[in-house]
Formats: sequence, C-alpha cells, structure tokens
Amino acid sequence: MNMISDPREHLVVIGNGMAGMRTVEELLKLPGGKRFRITVFGAEPHVNYNRIMLSSVLAGDKSIDEIVINSREWYAENEINLITGDAVKKIDRETRTVISASGVEVRYDKILIATGSRPLAPPIPGLGLPGTCAFRDIADVDKMLAAAKTHKRAVVIGGGLLGLEAAWGLKQRGMSVALVHLMPTLMERQLDAAAGQLLQRDLDRRGIAFFTDGQTEEITGTDRAEGVQLADGRFIPADLVVLAIGIRPNIDLAKAADLEVNRGIVVTDDMRTSDPDIFSVGECVEHRGAVFGLVAPIWDQAKVCASRLAGDETALFTSRALATSLKITGVDVFSAGALMAEGGDDDEITLRDDNRGLYKKIVVRDGKLVGAVLYGDVADGQWYLGLIRDKTDIREMRDKLVFGRAFAESLPPGKTGPDTASMPDDAQICGCNGVSKGSIVCAIKDKGLVSLSQVRSHTKASASCGQCTNLVEAILADTLGGAVEKKAPSICECTDAGHDAVRQGIVAQSLKTMGAVRAAFGWKKPEGCHKCRPALNYYLICAWPGEYSDDSRSRFINERAHANIQKDGTYSVVPRMWGGVTTPSELHAIAAVAEKFNIPTVKVTGGQRIDLLGVKKEDLPAVWGDLSKAGMVSGHAYAKGLRTVKTCVGSEWCRFGTQDSTGLGIKLEKMCWGSWTPHKVKFAVSGCPRNCAEATIKDLGVVCVEAGYDLLVGGNGGVDVRVTDPLVRVATEEDVLEYTGAFMQLYREEAHYLERTAPWIARVGIAYVKKRLVDDAEGRRSLNARFLYSQKFSQDDPWAARAGGLDAQEFTKLPELADA
Amino acid sequence: MHDVVWKKIGPLSNIPVRGARRLCFGLGGKPIAVFRTGEDKFFALVDECPHKKGPLSEGIVSGNTITCPLHNWVIGLDTGIAAEPDEGKTQTVPVKLENGELYIGLELERAPA
Ligand code: SRM
Ligand SMILES: Cc1cc2nc3c(=O)[nH]c(=O)nc-3n(C[C@H](O)[C@H](O)[C@H](O)COP(=O)(O)OP(=O)(O)OC[C@H]3O[C@@H](n4cnc5c(N)ncnc54)[C@H](O)[C@@H]3O)c2cc1C
Ligand code: SF4
Ligand code: FES
Repeated sequence: MNMISDPREHLVVIGNGMAGMRTVEELLKLPGGKRFRITVFGAEPHVNYNRIMLSSVLAGDKSIDEIVINSREWYAENEINLITGDAVKKIDRETRTVISASGVEVRYDKILIATGSRPLAPPIPGLGLPGTCAFRDIADVDKMLAAAKTHKRAVVIGGGLLGLEAAWGLKQRGMSVALVHLMPTLMERQLDAAAGQLLQRDLDRRGIAFFTDGQTEEITGTDRAEGVQLADGRFIPADLVVLAIGIRPNIDLAKAADLEVNRGIVVTDDMRTSDPDIFSVGECVEHRGAVFGLVAPIWDQAKVCASRLAGDETALFTSRALATSLKITGVDVFSAGALMAEGGDDDEITLRDDNRGLYKKIVVRDGKLVGAVLYGDVADGQWYLGLIRDKTDIREMRDKLVFGRAFAESLPPGKTGPDTASMPDDAQICGCNGVSKGSIVCAIKDKGLVSLSQVRSHTKASASCGQCTNLVEAILADTLGGAVEKKAPSICECTDAGHDAVRQGIVAQSLKTMGAVRAAFGWKKPEGCHKCRPALNYYLICAWPGEYSDDSRSRFINERAHANIQKDGTYSVVPRMWGGVTTPSELHAIAAVAEKFNIPTVKVTGGQRIDLLGVKKEDLPAVWGDLSKAGMVSGHAYAKGLRTVKTCVGSEWCRFGTQDSTGLGIKLEKMCWGSWTPHKVKFAVSGCPRNCAEATIKDLGVVCVEAGYDLLVGGNGGVDVRVTDPLVRVATEEDVLEYTGAFMQLYREEAHYLERTAPWIARVGIAYVKKRLVDDAEGRRSLNARFLYSQKFSQDDPWAARAGGLDAQEFTKLPELADA
Repeated sequence: MHDVVWKKIGPLSNIPVRGARRLCFGLGGKPIAVFRTGEDKFFALVDECPHKKGPLSEGIVSGNTITCPLHNWVIGLDTGIAAEPDEGKTQTVPVKLENGELYIGLELERAPA
C-alpha cells in the first residue's frame, strides 16, 4: 500500500461496531466523503454485525451469518483498510498517531472514536469463573451457546432489556432459567410497576423463575460457576451465570488522550470531542449530559458526524424522545417518554384489562402527551411516540387518547393504519436497522417491489424485531397507491391468481394438468416455481383422484424420497405404529433394521412411534424392504398428509376410560392414512376428559365421554398454539368415522396449500365448518364419500413400492456402473 | 487450466426431467450433481448451496433454476449464482453431451485416480 503518496486525508475509525460503521456508511454516500482514505480498527475478530440481533442468535432465530452488516468484500470494495482483532491502545495527539495492541501505528488527520460501551462488572466474588459471562458480543453468545449444549441451569442477573432477552434466549435453548433482579419490578427504567408486573407474570408462565429484590452477593464455585448466593440468604444453583446489569461508556482511550470526559466522552452538537480533529459517536459519548443505550439516536449521530466530516458545517445533533421495546416473541411491550406523572400538573390515564393481559398508560402535561407505556397491544406505539416528539396539542382528544388512535381520531373502519403518507422522508421507520421512510420508498419504486417480504429482504426494514411491520406495510400501500390492500394474495410471484380462484378454476374448467392451469391463469413463468408447483400438484391430486398422476418433481425432497431429510443430508424413517400400539415382532424388526444398517439414533417421537434417524439415502430402499416384510408401512412423518393418531389406553385398561379410545384411534388411522392434504394432519383420541392423548391441540381430536364422543377440530400444538373448537358430540364410532372423513375432505377441498387446519378454521370460522358438517347431513355424507373414494388411490404403501424398485434413480448416484 | 479430463457419466436419460443426480466422485472433496431441466438442458454444479451447503440435487428444478431444499434459496443452474436478494455463488462444473452420453469436465490434477 502506497500510503505516503495518497493525497487524501486519513480517517482512522476506532471501533468496528454499529455506530462507527454507520458513520462510515453515511460518509461514503456523501460527495465530501471522497476526501478520506479510511482505516478501521476493531477489537473483535469479526466484521461489523448487528449487535441488537445477538438476542435472536441466542434464541436460535438467526445465525451469526444472518446478522453480518458488512462483509469483508464490502470493506474491500470501498477501499477501507480493516484491521480486526486488534484494539487501539493509544492515541498520541502530539505525533498524531494511533497505536494498536499488536503494535500497528498509523498517522491520522481525523479520528472517529466509536468504542461503544462495556458491560458493568461490579466486584462480585466469583465473577470471571468459567461459566460466567456478560451479554455484549459474539464471544459472549458463543459461551452461552456452548454452555446450553452441555449444561442445564442458567441464572441471569439483571432484569432489564438485555437480561430478559438473555433469559428468554437461554430458555429457548432448553436451559432452565432463573433471573435475579435488584429491584421489585422488571425493566423499571422503561416500564412502570404495573407493566413490569404483567411482564413478569407472562414470563413466569413461560417458565422463567424470578428472584426480584435480589442482591447478588457471590457467584459460588471452585472450577466453574455452581450457583448464585443472594444477600438475603437465597441460593440458586447454576452452571451458567450471565451478568447483564447495565453498561458503562468505554472512555479509557479518550481519557488517556486527555480528551474531555465525564460519564462518557463529551461531545458537542457537531459530534466533536474537545479536540476538533477527533469525533465520537455511539454509546461511548455523552451529549448535553445524556448517554445512550439504544441505536435510534446513534443513527442520528452517525448522520451528523458524517456530514461534519464531509465538510458540512451546519449539521447538528439533537436528542429526540426514544421508544423501547423488547424482542421476545409474543411479548409486546412499548414505552416512550415519562413513565409516570412527575408533578401535580401531570395526569396519568390508564386502561387495564387483566383478562386479556392489556395495559396502557399515558402521561399528559400542559395539553401535550409526554409519556406512554403499553403492554399487550403495542400497535399504537409509534403514533404515541410521534405525538410526544412533535409536542402535538392533544387537548381535543385527551379523553379518547388512551383508547388508541382509531378511536381518538375517529378513523373510518379499515383506515386505522398509521399515517405514513404525511411522514417526512427522513422519518426513521425501522429502528433496528436504521431505515428511513425515504429509502423504503426508493427501494419500492426502483426495484418494483410489491410485497412486504420483498421490502424486507431488500431494505432490511422490519426484518429484525418486526415492531415496525405495520408501518412498512402502510408505506408499501401508500407508494403503490393502495394496490396491495385490495388484492387477495397470489399463490406466488408467477401469477396474480389467488389460491381460491385457482382451486375453483381447476374444477370449473376441468383443468387436469399443471400446464393447463398455468395456461388458463396466464402464469408468468412457463414452468412455475418451487412455491406454486407443489401447490398445483396437490390441488390437482385433490380434484382428480385416480386421474391426475402425481408429479414427483414438484414435490419437496421429503415427499419425493418418502423420508425426512436431516441437516447432514441423511434421512429419518418413521414406520406407522397404528394408534401408538406396537407388538414384540414389530419391535424386533425395528431393532434388526437399526443394527443391520448401523442406524445411529433410535428415538421415540412426540407422536407415539419410533424414529430411525441418520439413515443413508442409498440404504433407504433396503431399510424399507425389511420393514415391509415385517408388515409395517410408511408413517408419512414427512408428508403433507395424515401423520400420527395418538391414543390413550382408554376403557381397555384405564380405570377412568369411557370408550375404547385406542381401538377408535386405530380405526381412524387405518381409514385416513396415505391421504394427501394441504398441510400435515394429526389426530388424537382420549378415553375421557382427562385427555391424556392431548386431543385438544390436534387438527382433529376425539374426547370420549359416557354419552359418546366429543369431536374437536382446528387445534395446533406448534408455533401458535391453538386449542380446538368443539364441532359436535356424536353417539357411535360410525358417526366419528363419518364426520372425520367429511372433515378431512372439506379441509382437503377448501384450505390453501400449506395452511393447517388451525389457521384455516381461524380464517373461515368454526360456524362455517359446522354449517357444512353438522347442519347439512346430506353434504356431510357426500364429503365423506368423496374422501373414501380418493383414499382408494392413496393407500398404497410408498415404501413397499420403492423397496420393489420404483424410482430407483432417486436413491443411487451416477455413474451407475462403477467403471464408467 | 486447459488440462480438462472428460469423464463419462452415462446417458442423459439417467437423469429425471426437472431433476438431478449426484455423482459418486467429487471435485476437490466436494460433491458434484448433474441437473436436467424441463427443456432437456443439462448443467453440473458443486452440490452445495452457497448458503449452508444444502444438497442442491435434492431441490426443485424450475426453468433454469434450482431451489435449495433446506432454506429455499434459488440458484441459477447456468451461472451458479443465487437469485436476489440472496447473495452467493456455487461453483459450476463443465459438462457436455456426446452421442447421448454425458461427460463431466475435471481439471487434470483433481481427477479421481
Ligand atoms: C420426530 C418429531 C420429534 C420427536 O422426536 O418427537 C418431529 C420432528 C420434526 N418436526 Fe414436529 N416432530 C414431531 C412431533 C411434533 C409435534 C407433537 C405431536 O405431533 O403431537 C408437534 C406439535 C403438534 C402440532 O403439529 O400441532 C410438532 C410440530 C411441528 C411443527 C409446527 C407445526 C405448526 O403448525 O406450527 C413443524 C414445522 C412445520 O411443519 O412447518 C414441525 C416440523 C418437524 C420436522 C419435520 C422439521 C423439518 O422440517 O425437518 C422434524 C422432522 C424430523 C425428522 O426428520 O424426523 N413439527 N411436531 C415428532 C414426530 C412425530 C411423529 O411420530 O410423526
Ligand atoms: C444483546 C443486545 C441487544 C440489544 N438490543 C437492542 C435493541 O433492541 N434496540 C436498541 O436500540 N439497542 C439494542 N442494543 C444496544 C445497541 O446494540 C447499541 O446501542 C449499539 O450497538 C451501540 O453501538 P456502538 O457502535 O456505540 O457500540 P458497539 O456496537 O458495541 O461497537 C463498539 C465496537 O468497538 C470495539 N472497540 C472497543 N474498544 C476498542 C478499541 N480500543 N479498539 C478497537 N475497537 C474497540 C468493540 O469491540 C465493539 O466492537 C442491544 C445491545 C445488546 C448487547
Ligand atoms: S384419558 Fe382417561 S382413559 Fe385415557 S388414560 Fe387418561 S384417564 Fe385413562
Ligand atoms: S442451504 Fe441452501 S438455502 Fe440454506
């Protein structure tokens, strides 16, 4: 590198974090930014990443790769000299050099200090033992993930935003988690006591144990952390202790260089430190007495600092009201401004619905809104924040304000969305990723984006915590002239047609091939894509049983290989175990197969059967062949079709059983196995209302009672747990079978591909399902008849066929002759 | 780099239309797969998705693209490049058809012994 002859000024950035690199990004956008060549020092060994998202990495929702902001290529393309894993040790203002730990020395013209902050670490005995860490960077997350793999019990110290997100992440990773907090309520700086208590109640229900009013005295342990001793005598055993009690600006370098420091590095409105050639941004600074711990103001600092560096002498940073939220799925918290009335003139207005877990408080001062705390429903958060920031006169709507925007502004129904049209272009929409309204609008126009997911992937807006999703949607609607609102979502980008239109068209126009469907609906891509092909294949199978022949090339690999692909490319095999009942000879056959093919894992599934995991693809046909010989068929654990029918022991054995739940489950499974459905389908039959088979969270559940059988539908135990809706009580097993066939067929004929019964029923309403199945006996019988007809073509065991040689190509590699 | 060895891997008909097959030998330790499109065009790629090395040969072929079975990235069969907004590239491998037989081009030093 020929640095000496480079005519440009040298900007040295200390800290490769969010603030520093955001400033560099802003600088590169400005014409005046060209005057610098840039060197960046980062103490961490990584490129710059989205620190906020460490919580999502910990919880397993994102990988480290997914939170990288700028790759090494980006630095190279912008000719930035990046030095990672090397902390700056000294700024020498005499010689105008910066010196790193490894001894690299560079001369500077300008410096940007963006060293962030450090986790607070009070002198608690035992801190620093293996098994203790903070929650600040990738190295900390690595430590926690390693501990979660090998250990069970975690204690998080600190009930603020970071502590709670750490606790939730570790819980998601399967640890049992306790949280120690010094104060009586959680997040006391962002939430009032009422909201803090609701939050604690909700997280307590999710299995986090709280120790509030808890002063940590010691972390015990000899070779590694063993527990946390509280001052009041309480002791909590722990294998991992995470300390998240706060942060302190990282000012050491600045202090040693004799720059003015207080709590943070003191900067003026132009982001300059006491040395005009040294700027500073981010959590390390102190501006007008305030320090920072959230990214929203830091993005503003980065803009101002970049403009100043680029020669604009007018840009000024001002602190604006901030909002806090918590990134825990399903827990909605929002707060901005004052948490409670401060003087006699302030009014607090609250609204509380304990049953629904809703809480809202607003603080009004001099006819203006100065604070808002929301729990449970945070949809109006940004609106309140806007009122606070703009100091809007709210006297006219004061009494309505707490009920939310729609009510306060008497918006017509359907027009309750946020008012994005009147926002200025530089309004910050996505706090996590610092995306402004202007850049979202530009991306939509320039790249022709039409959906939320496209906007997300191109701009990152709403891709992190998701709180601003409704704002992004509103901007999309404004920019496209409302076009997105009206259209039913299309199957995929190959077509404008929605699922219902296509399903109806297939039947009405007798369309019997995928090509015919695509032609009839004017598909934009002749062969479709990975989204529409599996959907069309299913719709055709359902509409034309026995006529349409399945296109295996339009199936996801699991359904094509009739086994579940695993992350290492091997497969898992789950044979059917009717109603969860097996025999010694079946167990012998499973054991023999596991031994013969060296199958590494044999596991009892959550669906009452046995999973053989880690089967090599080329072994699949032979494994199935052996299982078929023992009379077993595919359990379709891979299929959008009938999975398991769980049963309990019922009246055959149980002292409470009212009917033969096991026998009924087996009958249901024998009737419905092999069927293709829009998404997977699970049944369960319990012998009495104690419900040991968990029938109330299945797609179809039967709870036996003295008087007969209660049929329940639309339950789901997965991502969004949904309890079933009662359908009907019937008297005989024959009735159960008839209703089941009819229910299956209604779902098969009317749901959208990849829509499980829970969202389907949530969409069409249980009343509609009852109308079709209960009120219309004739209709029910014909649905059941159509189901049974379709089953004639689907109850061939796919494993037996493939063990017999079907689709052999699928399971072997090329060339087939070794010497080819 | 001109020393390419062509290895015969059998007739095109061995590969299902809109499908793929993996080869028994690899390239520098990486698996290779041959793809056949709906229009009977054929391509070969290192059988690893640029995202997390998903086996592309197990994906869904549409037009001149393959959708990875693990997280649905869409990769161009002709270029190996991931469709926007994803970024990444899978190595392409030369392949040719002669008298109905497919051949894979391997650089000499990497050809299997
Ligand atoms: C093997 C098993 C776990 C176990 O070891 O027990 C399992 C394994 C998988 N489940 Fe499950 N689920 C298993 C029982 C369950 C249950 C419990 C149950 O069925 O009673 C549930 C919650 C109940 C429910 O579905 O309502 C369950 C809810 C899910 C979900 C979330 C579904 C939802 O609607 O939210 C997925 C994701 C999906 O389907 O998109 C999923 C997806 C998966 C996949 C297919 C993930 C994947 O795409 O690779 C896993 C395949 C592993 C494999 O290759 O074998 N699995 N999964 C269980 C197999 C049962 C069986 O015998 O077939
Ligand atoms: C787990 C977690 C979740 C969070 N969630 C949110 C959220 O939801 N919303 C929100 O607004 N904010 C959140 N934050 C806060 C947000 O991440 C910070 O405000 C932001 O990262 C501050 O940026 P920064 O550049 O000042 O500091 P950092 O991003 O920490 O960057 C500073 C960098 O400088 C490096 N450095 C320090 N000293 C030196 C040296 N001497 N030489 C070289 N390099 C050095 C450090 O290693 C670090 O990489 C969260 C923080 C964490 C840890
Ligand atoms: S559900 Fe009823 S019958 Fe079944 S095991 Fe439980 S108590 Fe017994
Ligand atoms: S590995 Fe291919 S999409 Fe993730």
